[in-house]
Amino acid sequence: MEKELRLMKGNEAIAEAAIRAGADAYFGYPITPQSEVIEYLMAQQPHKRTGMVVLQAESEVSAINMIYGAAACGRMAMTSSSSPGISLKQEGISYIAGAELPCLILNVVRGGPGLGTIQPAQSDYFQSTKGGGHGDYRLVVLAPASVQEMYDSVELGFDLAFKYLNPVMVLADGIIGQMMEKVELGEQKVRRTPEEIIKQCPWATTGKPESRDHNIITSLDLVAANQEKFNIKLQAKYKEIQDKEVRYEMINCEDADYILVAYGSSARLSMKAMDILRAKGIKVGIFRLITLFPFPSKQLFELADKVKGFLAVEMSAGQMVEDLQLAVQFKKPVKHFGRFGGVIPSPEEIADALEQKIIGG
Amino acid sequence: MTEEIIIAGFGGQGVLSMGKILGYSGLMQGQEVSWMPSYGPEMRGGTSNVTVIISDDRISSPILANYDTAIILNQQSMDKFESTVKPGGTLLYDPNGIVKHPTRKDINIYKVEATKLATEMGSAKVFNMMVLGSFLKIKPIVKMENVIKGLKKSIPSRNHSLLPLNEQAIEIGMKSVEKVS
Repeated sequence: MEKELRLMKGNEAIAEAAIRAGADAYFGYPITPQSEVIEYLMAQQPHKRTGMVVLQAESEVSAINMIYGAAACGRMAMTSSSSPGISLKQEGISYIAGAELPCLILNVVRGGPGLGTIQPAQSDYFQSTKGGGHGDYRLVVLAPASVQEMYDSVELGFDLAFKYLNPVMVLADGIIGQMMEKVELGEQKVRRTPEEIIKQCPWATTGKPESRDHNIITSLDLVAANQEKFNIKLQAKYKEIQDKEVRYEMINCEDADYILVAYGSSARLSMKAMDILRAKGIKVGIFRLITLFPFPSKQLFELADKVKGFLAVEMSAGQMVEDLQLAVQFKKPVKHFGRFGGVIPSPEEIADALEQKIIGG
Repeated sequence: MTEEIIIAGFGGQGVLSMGKILGYSGLMQGQEVSWMPSYGPEMRGGTSNVTVIISDDRISSPILANYDTAIILNQQSMDKFESTVKPGGTLLYDPNGIVKHPTRKDINIYKVEATKLATEMGSAKVFNMMVLGSFLKIKPIVKMENVIKGLKKSIPSRNHSLLPLNEQAIEIGMKSVEKVS
């Protein structure tokens, strides 16, 4: 079969991917720079294509709690927002993590704090990877660096969410959301039937038959000992995710003296910086994080034996660099370069930063 | 082959759609493409620009500081982008509304009277296709048959009756481009 290729924005690609993955529902509320997600879904009328429900909620808080409800019923549900809206969703996300339910949350990050700006940033790394809401929980965090990866993150994200019964966050930014690139579309999957959902999700509130007990979806247990037991179970799950689900890409690291560590659009900017530096004879490689949680600590710890230093490149004041420092454990120098508040660094600036901070410093 | 292009002008001139048609033309030719618009406060101030990259290889950064070609359609964009053309690169502009013409000696400068010609043709809207034609004359990086396919993909099918007019505008743009220096 001939490949179906399209030129799409990242925001449109992830919306089309949700329809084609056979998702049951999208609930959201518009905010720049991700409003094309809901615009595209509304224009496509997926209720006619697959029966998928698309609803603009009255607020972000409402949207995330609709997700909570849909996920409790074993449905494939997705929401999306940008930084200030994701902050509003944090209570719901904590409840969903506490109730061990699967869902997909897209954050097309913009500059902060507060209302900030509508321009791209990566300053929600702490919020996404360390919790965000209250309690000892983790999200699986995927960081797409192209429109194709935005598309692919839906199927991967739902697979991981249902495998581990955990919310998955796709952490993009204004560049990945707004730019158009070539996308190869997958085939349209048929949505699961109610019978298939009952089979796949025996925990879901799908209507109680005589043959089983009540399924109760809650994040509340007032007995501290029980709550501790539950937390130990959660931590075991996160450990398993850490062991099995690390994803990353290494570019030109075989002969590299210096490594640019980056994710999302910063990784794309860094690739250009690598070309500039290699043209000058400086051997630079890229370690591109694809999962932010789990973080590829082991791989970076091992890589530290072979190189002279690392530069974390991120559109933030320095967030991911903390995990990088923990991973490298002072074996080699780790420095940070970032522009923030919606300013995008040029590849030339990144190249200069490596020369000054790592080679010169 | 990698061609890094900035197209800049007023909102409403068809800057973004010109970039999209160029991008789709590259896609039809089996190349890698990226299209990155300005969507920030500058867009809300009336100016608009888009970075288009067409390449045989995987594209690294979709956002750049320097370009092989700048296509410039108003004075603000001339002020901002003339200096960003790589030495030996290309600057194509429409002199309509330009008071300070480009002065660099280390780049190839071309002009096309697209606003004037499109108005004479009786269809000011195809102005951007004339400029696209001029660019493709200077840098034939995509074949004409793929441009036509790109046009078809970019224009909603309800407007496909306008395809011949757009093709005609591309041809006029190809004929009318002049080398300045």
